[in-house]
Amino acid sequence: MDKIPILRMGRFLLVTIQVDMHDQLALALQEDLTSRIVKDGARGVLIDISSLEIVDSFIGRMLGTIASMSRMLDAETVLVGMQPAVAITMVELGLALPGVRTALDVDKGMEMLRSRIGPDGEMTGHDPDP
Amino acid sequence: MILTREVAELKRPEDVVRVRQVARALALQAGFGLVDQTKIVTAVSELGRNALIHGGGGTATLEVIEEGIRRGLRIVFRDEGPGIADVERALQDGYTTSGGLGIGLGGARRLMNEFEISSSPGKGTTVTIARWK
Repeated sequence: MDKIPILRMGRFLLVTIQVDMHDQLALALQEDLTSRIVKDGARGVLIDISSLEIVDSFIGRMLGTIASMSRMLDAETVLVGMQPAVAITMVELGLALPGVRTALDVDKGMEMLRSRIGPDGEMTGHDPDP
Repeated sequence: MILTREVAELKRPEDVVRVRQVARALALQAGFGLVDQTKIVTAVSELGRNALIHGGGGTATLEVIEEGIRRGLRIVFRDEGPGIADVERALQDGYTTSGGLGIGLGGARRLMNEFEISSSPGKGTTVTIARWK
């Protein structure tokens, strides 16, 4: 089965979803990512969905679950690169992704992670849950 | 008048991806813009998954249609699964029997211009959706 690659950048993990995922692939990513957070001691996860043409309820739930699981494992998740048409559709569908942080692009997402988790991987501040 | 018709099977999870791709191609052919294409493909994904998970598999028939001067895309999902006992309830956001979010059916209805569901216990479910340009 195909796998979605997870790249490590210092204390952060970077995932770029570039394929039209079927449900099992999405579930596999959820599992892989949580094991990698623990194995690599990652403090932040950046998920780039700029190539994703849709986010339906299943993928939306998967993204929300990844964010919650990461939080349990002391890592922050930021979702970046959502296409405007996808955002419009998600709101109409009824998917609000509560608890998932977003940024416009990879640069802004990295900035967000760095400001929350210093370069040495220590938390620099606490803000209330989104 | 039907301009193009494609029938796709929904037997395995990968088939949902395939139906999404067919829907995208036909929406493009019908002349829909990006936001409409995205809405159509998202609704197709929700209903395709429903036919697979709840209906035990089925088919999706996708048609580019023309009525007078308007053009649209109609998709019919058919399964021969257990059917839905309480359709009204199934359409409510948050109601789920699969552990999902329970927004697929109601969400698909919001994303399309036309939505029709007929289901009888033991005989399966047919959902017809359409979006006009």
